[in-house]
Amino acid sequence: MEHYNMNLTLKVWRQKNNKAQGKFETFQVKDISSEMSFLEMFDVLNEQLVADNKEPIAFDHDCREGICGMCSMHINGRAHGPWHQTTTCQLHMREYKDGDTIVVEPWRADAFPVIKDLVVDRTAFDRIIESGGYISVNTGNAQDANCLPIEKQQADLSFAAAACIGCGACVAACPNASAMLFVSAKASHLALLPQGRPEAKIRATNMIAQMDKEGFGSCTNIGACEAECPKGISLDNIARMNREYIAATFSGSNE
Amino acid sequence: MPINSKIPQGELSKKWTTYKSTCKLVNPANKRQLEVIVIGTGLAGASAAASLGELGYKVKTFCFQDSPRRAHSIAAQGGINAAKNYQNDGDSTYRLFYDTVKGGDYRAREANVYRLAEVSANIIDQCVAQGVPFAREYGGLLSNRSFGGTQVQRTFYAAGQTGQQLLIGAYQALERQVALGNVKQYSRHEMLDVVIIDGKCRGVIVRNLVTGELERHFGHAVLLCSGGYGNVFYLSTNAMGSNVTAAWKAHKKGAFFGNPCYTQIHPTCIPVSGDHQSKLTLMSESLRNDGRIWVPKKQNDTRKATDIPEEERDYYLERRYPAFGNLVPRDVASRAAKERCDAGYGVGSSKQAVFLDFASAIERYGKVEANKQQMSNPSREQIIAMGKEVVKEKYGNLFDMYAKITGENPYEVPMRIYPAVHYTMGGLWVDYELQTSVPGLYALGEANFSDHGANRLGASALMQGLADGYFVIPYTLGNNLADDIRTKAIPTDHPAFEEAEKAVRERIEKLMSIKGTESVESFHKRLGKIMWDKCGMARNAQGLKEAAEEIKALRKEFWNNVRIPGDINEFNPELDKANRVADFMELGELMCIDALHRSESCGGHFREEHQTEDGEALRHDEEFLYVAAWEYKGESNFELHKESLDYEVVHPTQRSYK
Repeated sequence: MEHYNMNLTLKVWRQKNNKAQGKFETFQVKDISSEMSFLEMFDVLNEQLVADNKEPIAFDHDCREGICGMCSMHINGRAHGPWHQTTTCQLHMREYKDGDTIVVEPWRADAFPVIKDLVVDRTAFDRIIESGGYISVNTGNAQDANCLPIEKQQADLSFAAAACIGCGACVAACPNASAMLFVSAKASHLALLPQGRPEAKIRATNMIAQMDKEGFGSCTNIGACEAECPKGISLDNIARMNREYIAATFSGSNE
Repeated sequence: MPINSKIPQGELSKKWTTYKSTCKLVNPANKRQLEVIVIGTGLAGASAAASLGELGYKVKTFCFQDSPRRAHSIAAQGGINAAKNYQNDGDSTYRLFYDTVKGGDYRAREANVYRLAEVSANIIDQCVAQGVPFAREYGGLLSNRSFGGTQVQRTFYAAGQTGQQLLIGAYQALERQVALGNVKQYSRHEMLDVVIIDGKCRGVIVRNLVTGELERHFGHAVLLCSGGYGNVFYLSTNAMGSNVTAAWKAHKKGAFFGNPCYTQIHPTCIPVSGDHQSKLTLMSESLRNDGRIWVPKKQNDTRKATDIPEEERDYYLERRYPAFGNLVPRDVASRAAKERCDAGYGVGSSKQAVFLDFASAIERYGKVEANKQQMSNPSREQIIAMGKEVVKEKYGNLFDMYAKITGENPYEVPMRIYPAVHYTMGGLWVDYELQTSVPGLYALGEANFSDHGANRLGASALMQGLADGYFVIPYTLGNNLADDIRTKAIPTDHPAFEEAEKAVRERIEKLMSIKGTESVESFHKRLGKIMWDKCGMARNAQGLKEAAEEIKALRKEFWNNVRIPGDINEFNPELDKANRVADFMELGELMCIDALHRSESCGGHFREEHQTEDGEALRHDEEFLYVAAWEYKGESNFELHKESLDYEVVHPTQRSYK
């Protein structure tokens, strides 16, 4: 693949801490290779800032292979940038050309307060899982794994929901800052498996209650979450969880 | 201090059963009084914390990421081994044990490996019960695939995301215990020292990475589940934050470091594209099931892969190792790639790459599909199209990842791959109970040295992490804590806590006060280059001696000239990184010392002076059949202790995959 270098203008959100007022700051970066990842471009910028005795931009990142869910940039108005089903760390600079201006912000949601610059606090997601995102089984003598055959189609659907990396792009993309795609992906992953059925209703009820408590917005079927999800989590999961929730309401299991 | 590995007496296959039936227990009321600290929340840490919480211990977990679910276990792609023999292809506990010992080039402890093979089947049962969505066949039963270094199909997988699914399973079990109040979880916290009181590990000093505050936490026992140290090479498949700090601090407080030079270079990674490279991305070993590795037969061949005819391609693994072909173990495959590239047969612009080609797999699968659909005279295009679909189903996410990174379409042109640092077999020395040489301090998963000898087989890291956390530590910790039930929680104003915290604070202040001119990142890159050039895939005495000196000089420069912007009491990733790199610079020297002393080749440790006529690793069992356990004695001063490896069942031979 042919590669090239480019000069870019970056407008990046700077915020000292969660009490301070934030603002955009403008930076120029030169000789960025089209082969770099988006975060490697940020590495170059940060090295430049250190060299100039300025404070580098704080951003979350870890595995840099699209699976840990840590990276979280809102790029030119889109969660994880323009590429379909791609995390920020997997977005590469060949998307851009010389002279482009790129605006980078943190996830924007009340339930994800800014810690510094582009870093936000996503512990609300941990608390939602705590409220019921598991199967209640202790370590020990589980029965043989093949005792319970599971229809392949069902297992595949469960896997597709389980592919969620908990990055929060769904919340950032949603005008209501709803976490329904995240919550429903977990509820579906478990409810689609026979092992997860016994707790399916109470799980949906408790996780939704916790989601509301954390200050996430409501779902109004906009679908931006599905469009921006780096793992292609489907809206079907939301419908599936809603059915579970309604059934729980009628059967009284969410009392 | 004499080394005691505490391996139970008796026949190999009965040791663990005997241990479990005779170890001491702690009653439930006492468990509630016993506090356990777990550092790291990957497979080993999360599974240990969840299991210990279920048992009733008071557990605290710490991770530097923003959530336990981010730990780097999540990135493991290919699978997890288990001796289930679901495929009826002759697998058994003994075979898994044997393959692992042989794969490790006879440098692992037999008793540990046997236990690992024994509990492997329980892991799969446990994970399925938790809702881990492993791949299944149309009949609804679990699917298996092959992995390198074995001739059976014993690898369970969830597409190319096995680590993610297993970690999420353990994370959910952990969160359940958090909800029940048995585990308290601290994210964005990094351990910066252990606290030793009366010869026992009794707590830790951690730094809150958001506020910069130092905190003291007491525990009757501390479990280090902090992963491996591959980032000492700067470029590796590890996550950016993966580090040795927790293990290294423990080492400096008395825990021996086992076989630090044993590092695994994974054969199939995406090659380096330039100086900006921050990490390397693995392409799962499972791809070697179907991909064929080759280079042109002609040196410096610049033709496109698709323009090179079949007879001008050298499928060098199939040529050199007909019995295992493309499925030879990782160390063998990596060295073979390096050998071809060094000899001038490499491909791509850097010439530091070989091809991994799916064309014949696509054609083979296409024909199978045509048969299934009873097509009488399928065209070549139809066959290729159907074959691509099959390959997509098996490896789609990996192919997508490759395309995103390189901008090339691997369905049309072969992937370019090159070996990269991936896993560290070395780690804190532990006994059979996973206890380090410091009482009360344990190491689990990749952080310990124990089960993989000098080379780890694919799909064995996930197995070991979960075996340690779910099935080993719940027994062995109880056996030791049973003697601690009268120990009351020690208040954290104890002088040992004061002193440890003071040392941590002083080091941080010293780092911040240097105010030099060179960034942490730059020092890390320079360290990585020394390590890769001189302590990497091939090592020699001359290079290792030079490397140790160069690292010392670099360290001196670092402590005089590093620049860390920002303040101590705030969110400051540059400072976090500086703390880690400072420790890598001490570890690097020990790795070179260990590699120099081990005057033989074994597994991932290849000394150029010691090779067979056809370039295979040449071991010297009469001299080196031992674990090298290094004791910290002061800066650049390490004392070697040897734990001899007594093979009672397997007889070490020259490994052959021909």
